[in-house]
Amino acid sequence: MSKQPAAVVGIGQTHHRAKRVDVSMAGLCREAIDRALADASMTFDDIDAIVVGKAPDLFEGVMMPELYLAEALGAAGKPLLRVHTAGSVGGSTAIVAASLVQSGVHKRVLTVAFEKQSESNAMWALSVPVPFIMPVHAGAGGYFAPHVRSYIRRSGAPTHIGAMVAAKDRQNALKNPYAHLHNKDTTVETVLASQMLWDPIRYDETCPSSDGACALVIADADTAASIDNPAWIHATAMRSEPTTAAERDQVNPQAGRDAAAYLWKQAGITDPRAEIDAVEMYVPFSWFEPMWLENLGFAGEGEGWRLTESGVTAMDGDLPVNCSGGVLSSNPIGASGMLRFAEAALQVRGQAGAHQVDGVRRALGHAYGGGSQFFAMWVVGAEPPAL
Amino acid sequence: MSTSQARTLSAPVSVNFDYTRSVGPTLAAFFTGLRQGRLVAGRLSDGGVVLPPPEFDPTTHDPVTEFVEVGPTGTVQSWTWVPEPVAGQPFDRPFAFALVLVDGTTAPFLHAVDVPYDELSVGMRVQVRWAEERVGAITDITCFEPATVPSDAGGGSPAQPAAAVPEVVAAHAAQLDGPLITPVNLDYTYAASPEESAFFRGLQEGRILGQRCPTCGKVYVPPRGACPVDGVPTTDEVELAGTGTVTTFCIVNVPFLGQKITPPYVSAYVLLDGADIAFLHLILGVEASEVRMGMRVEAVWRPRDEWGTTVENISHFAPTGEPDADYESYKVHL
Repeated sequence: MSKQPAAVVGIGQTHHRAKRVDVSMAGLCREAIDRALADASMTFDDIDAIVVGKAPDLFEGVMMPELYLAEALGAAGKPLLRVHTAGSVGGSTAIVAASLVQSGVHKRVLTVAFEKQSESNAMWALSVPVPFIMPVHAGAGGYFAPHVRSYIRRSGAPTHIGAMVAAKDRQNALKNPYAHLHNKDTTVETVLASQMLWDPIRYDETCPSSDGACALVIADADTAASIDNPAWIHATAMRSEPTTAAERDQVNPQAGRDAAAYLWKQAGITDPRAEIDAVEMYVPFSWFEPMWLENLGFAGEGEGWRLTESGVTAMDGDLPVNCSGGVLSSNPIGASGMLRFAEAALQVRGQAGAHQVDGVRRALGHAYGGGSQFFAMWVVGAEPPAL
Repeated sequence: MSTSQARTLSAPVSVNFDYTRSVGPTLAAFFTGLRQGRLVAGRLSDGGVVLPPPEFDPTTHDPVTEFVEVGPTGTVQSWTWVPEPVAGQPFDRPFAFALVLVDGTTAPFLHAVDVPYDELSVGMRVQVRWAEERVGAITDITCFEPATVPSDAGGGSPAQPAAAVPEVVAAHAAQLDGPLITPVNLDYTYAASPEESAFFRGLQEGRILGQRCPTCGKVYVPPRGACPVDGVPTTDEVELAGTGTVTTFCIVNVPFLGQKITPPYVSAYVLLDGADIAFLHLILGVEASEVRMGMRVEAVWRPRDEWGTTVENISHFAPTGEPDADYESYKVHL
C-alpha cells in the first residue's frame, strides 16, 4: 500500500530568546502549540496524537520531560510519543508525526519540539568527562572544528567563506521577528574580527544558545484540502551511521548522502539545484553551509563554497539558504531541526513574511545531529505530491 | 576501581550541575504560597481542586488561573515506608511518603509524613509542618505530622478563594530576575568494555594495544570489541608504536565549566602508525599556531610512577621533527 498524502496545515513558533524566565518548559511549548493550532483553525479536540521531541535530557536536567508535559501538550487520553535523535531531533520528530498520517494511523497529528537552554549549559552537558580517556573534549564546537578544518583543506575554500555565511544568515534574521539574534551591524569583516573560539571557528560563526519551541499540525489530504495553502509533504528521509569508524568520512558523511539521494528520488527531483526554490538547512557553525550543500547534492564535492561565495545562497540568489536566519540566529537545540522543516513549509505556503522568497514551489528542510551521524530531511511543496 | 583480576575496569563518575528553573506563573503562585506558609491549589474546569496547581487544565487545555487556598490539614490516603533513606530525602531516619488528600482538594498530594510505622494508618488526620525558613520551594513543607486540630474526619473544610494570590504572583514574578537553582547530583559507575579494559591495562605497562577487524582488516585503537562496520568481534591484538600523524585538529581558546585543561590548547586527531582510526589527544611542545595537518608526532609519557589505567599516561603528543606526512597518506581519515 502506498503512502497517504499528508500536509503541514498549522505552523507555530516562539520568539526565540537567550532566557525565557517568564515561562516554564510547558508554557514555552504551549506558545508554539497554540500558534500552530490557531494557524490550522483547530483546537486540541481536533488532534488525534501528539509527538514531542527534544535534545538530551541533561540539557535541562529533567529526565523524560514528556511525562510532566503530557497534560500541557493536550495528550490526556491520546497517544503521546517522544523522539530523540540529538540535534536532528526536531526534524525526525516532524517525520515521525508525518509518518503517522502517511500510514493512515491518524488524520491530524500535533508535533512540537523545544529546548530551554537557559536552564543549563549545553557545553557542560556535552563535555561530561569519561574515565580513562583524555579530557580534551570541548562541547559541540570542539567536536566540529577539526572537521571544518578538514573541509577547508579538502576543498581549498578561502577562509572568509565561513564569515560570509554568518553575515548572510545574521542579515536574513533581521527579516524574521522570531529570530533570537538581531545584530544589524554584522558583516563579513565583523565576523572575521570576532574572537577565535575553536580555531578555525570564530565566535560569530557559532550559533547562539536559545530558549524556544516550534510546533506543526500535520494532517491528511481531506483536511489539507479544506485550507487555502497547505505545505504538502513530498518526501521524507532519515539515515544514521556510527559516530566513528575507520575511514568514516566526517566531512561528507555517507548517511547524509544516502538520505539526500533517497529524498530526491521520492520527490521525483533529478536536479535539486534547479528544482528546489528555498533551503532551510541545519548550520550551527557557518562552514556547514558549504559542507551540506555538497552532502545534499546541490554542489559537487569541494564546490559548495563556490555557491556561497558567488551569492547563490543569498536571499536573492537562485538557491536561497536559511532566509529565516537559520540555526546561526536561533538555536533552541531540540526545536532547531523542526524550525528548518517549519520554515521550509512557510516558504511554500507563502507565509514567511519579510523573509519570503518569491514563488517558492518546493523547499527543503534539513537537520543533522550527534557527531554528524543522524540526518533528517523533507521536501515540501505548494502542490500535492504526484501519486 | 576493581581488582586486577576483574575482567573489566570501572570508575566512578559524578555529574553535578545547578540547573536554573523558571516555573511560569501558575507554579509561581504555588511556590510563593509555600514561602508565605500557605497551600495554594488550582481550581480546574471540572470543579476539581488540585495541589500543586497544574499549569494547564487537562480538560479544556487552558492555563489554570483560578487559585484557592487549601489545608493545612488533610487525610492520609495511602503511604509507603522508607526504611533506608538516601541523601536528599526529607529525613535521614526511616519515614513514610504518603498521598495526603489536603482538605479542600480533590486529588492527593505527595509528601513525607513523620509518624512512627506502627502509628501510621490510612485515614489518619495530618497537618503541614512548615520549615522555619521558607524560600519558595517544596522543602518549605518539612513534612506532614499528626493533626492537632480536630475536624470532621475525611471531610475537611471547603476551599477558600485565595484572594491575595494575584498580588502574590506579581510579587514573585518580580523576583524571577534572580535564578531559582535546582542542584542535580548524579553518581554513576562507569564500566569500560573488556577490550577497552585490556587497552587501558596495556597503557599501565607503557603499551598501546589495538585490535584488528578480521573482516575488513582495519586496526582500531582504542579497540571496540566489535567492528562498527562489519559487526564482528575484533579479537586480533595489535601493538602500536607511539608515533603518528595529526590528521586534523582544533585550537580550543574557549574556557567552559568543567574544563580539565587550561586553554588555549590543541585538541588533535592523532592517527598512530599502523592504526586505521585517529583518536583525540593533546598536542604540546609546539606553539598552537605551528600545529599542522600532517604533522608527525610522538607520545610523550608521564613518569612511570604516575601511570594508571588511563590514556592520560600519555601526557601529550609532541612533534618528532620529521617532515610532514603526505596529505594523500591520511586524507581518507578526515
